Amino acid sequence: MSELFTEIQAVARLYPEPKSAVLPALRLAQERYGHLPPEALREVASALGTTPAYCRGIASFYDMFHLAPVGEHMIDVCTNASCALVGAALVLEAFERELGIRAGETTPDGRITLRSAECLGGCGSGTVVSIDERYRQPVKPEDVPAIVEELRRG
Amino acid sequence: MAEAKRPILVLAGAESGNLRALEDYRKAGGYASLEKARAMGPGAALEELKKASLRGRGGAGFPMGQKASFMPSPEQAHDPIYLVVNADESEPGAFKDREIIDRVPHRLIEGIQITALVIHADRCFVYIRGEYLREYEIFMAALVEAEGADLVSVPIVVHRGAGAYICGEETALLESLEGKRGQPRSKPPYPAHVGLYDSPTLINNVETIATVPKVIELGGEAYAKIGVKDSTGTRLFSLSGDVLRGGNYELPQGTSFRELIYDCGGGIAGGRKLKAIIPGGSSSPVLPADQVDLSMDFDSVQKAGSFLGSASVIVIDERACMVQLALRIGQFYMNESCGKCTPCREGTRWIEMILRKIEQGRASMAELDLLSDVCDRVLGKCLCALGDSDAMAIASYVKHFRAEFEAHIEQGGCPYGDTSSLAGVRSPVDEIYRGRIGQEAAL
Repeated sequence: MSELFTEIQAVARLYPEPKSAVLPALRLAQERYGHLPPEALREVASALGTTPAYCRGIASFYDMFHLAPVGEHMIDVCTNASCALVGAALVLEAFERELGIRAGETTPDGRITLRSAECLGGCGSGTVVSIDERYRQPVKPEDVPAIVEELRRG
Repeated sequence: MAEAKRPILVLAGAESGNLRALEDYRKAGGYASLEKARAMGPGAALEELKKASLRGRGGAGFPMGQKASFMPSPEQAHDPIYLVVNADESEPGAFKDREIIDRVPHRLIEGIQITALVIHADRCFVYIRGEYLREYEIFMAALVEAEGADLVSVPIVVHRGAGAYICGEETALLESLEGKRGQPRSKPPYPAHVGLYDSPTLINNVETIATVPKVIELGGEAYAKIGVKDSTGTRLFSLSGDVLRGGNYELPQGTSFRELIYDCGGGIAGGRKLKAIIPGGSSSPVLPADQVDLSMDFDSVQKAGSFLGSASVIVIDERACMVQLALRIGQFYMNESCGKCTPCREGTRWIEMILRKIEQGRASMAELDLLSDVCDRVLGKCLCALGDSDAMAIASYVKHFRAEFEAHIEQGGCPYGDTSSLAGVRSPVDEIYRGRIGQEAAL
């Protein structure tokens, strides 16, 4: 039995029904694999007593799961209303310029993925940028080169 | 309003910091309400919640005590009884629940335990937005500490979402918590009878639950004297957009938009003119600037044709192109429609497509009428409020700022050109059109 299998079964015990653990289980699998390839979905499915197809259907519904490979680092730039009003488009453009890719793409070396995101819940001081699930705010276009440099080094 | 007179309830004791540590929360009187509620018993505690007229802070504004009273008694219930806390805050403009978890996590835990006592819950679930990793960690640390001090008699399971706005809708949240795609259920039956795992379930927003300890402490009647009739107590108003000092401000309901925006928020930079206000997150219809003296309470905002919703106030100054703003909001609902019911799935796409054409100056006047027509055909015909929110919000932009829509059509583009604060506005929808990252294989 794999370590992942055991971890998932432990999480499943928190819930009255094991299938409730599909989100935490997919998260654990994604932490291990970087994204959710078929073997990850098979492992989750067998630990929870469901099918890989079911797990795939769940994963495709939620923005935080990736069925295809993504960069080692994930940059999500909020572009929703409050951030848009204070210049989110310029922040996103600064990332695109600095990384040489467009939002929705990964750098050719596979290091960094850039996305435009819906409201991240930090509207009071925009633009909100989530980097590997940690928020930075407010981010201004002039902050972007240093952030990218930090990720490239790290 | 004078700073000193302002009642602080939800964030009490954390005015200039946080009460994350149990010791600090205890020093501020924490967990005394839980003891008081235990001594009063479930029935008496429920009466206080009813007397407080505490209305739900998630957006719908349903009276919390009344909702709790719909729950079957333990004798009537054949299944376990659940309490679910909705911490899936994702309404554009809302960031209050995040601050409550960040600064007073124990007040939320205390509120959960009191509410669980009131409804005889067997287990509690906190569904926290997946992106709120830091807040999840803060809440878990507080929970471990509270459990260690024997303060948690009804077990709490913390469940992280994974990025889907729709999971804030209560029945979609239940589906997601059961390990399914977050798609709303048709109602009735209501969760009070058929909820999580088909068991009786009470679902409340973080702020509502975090208010419960203060209601018990002050007593329902005293609580109801704060604020205005039918909108009692304080709320955390999330202030954002074109304002100098954005942030959460806890104020009594009935405070005016002007006080929030100009006294608390310091007004608009550069002395620019206010153009419009979104009163309750992007789902609420926009209000023109002349409504700035309106009272921020459920009924006043509703009479003005909008909703106070989650009390997320977005300030829009004179530089903004309202067509671009409407487009960005339309893109959000298109992106977040769960796809279960046809009017929403198709309607949100049509609305986005027409708005995009208008914004780019490629639309005809007939298409502006078509936009209103599509909004009419979505409104009231969807399984949940998502489609309605899109239809009502977009219709409000056309209603109040029709001249700007017509100018785009007549001039073949944005009359503001590059001077709009929203020029070049971006959206994840752009990526969907190109083939979405991490999901290519799925499409």
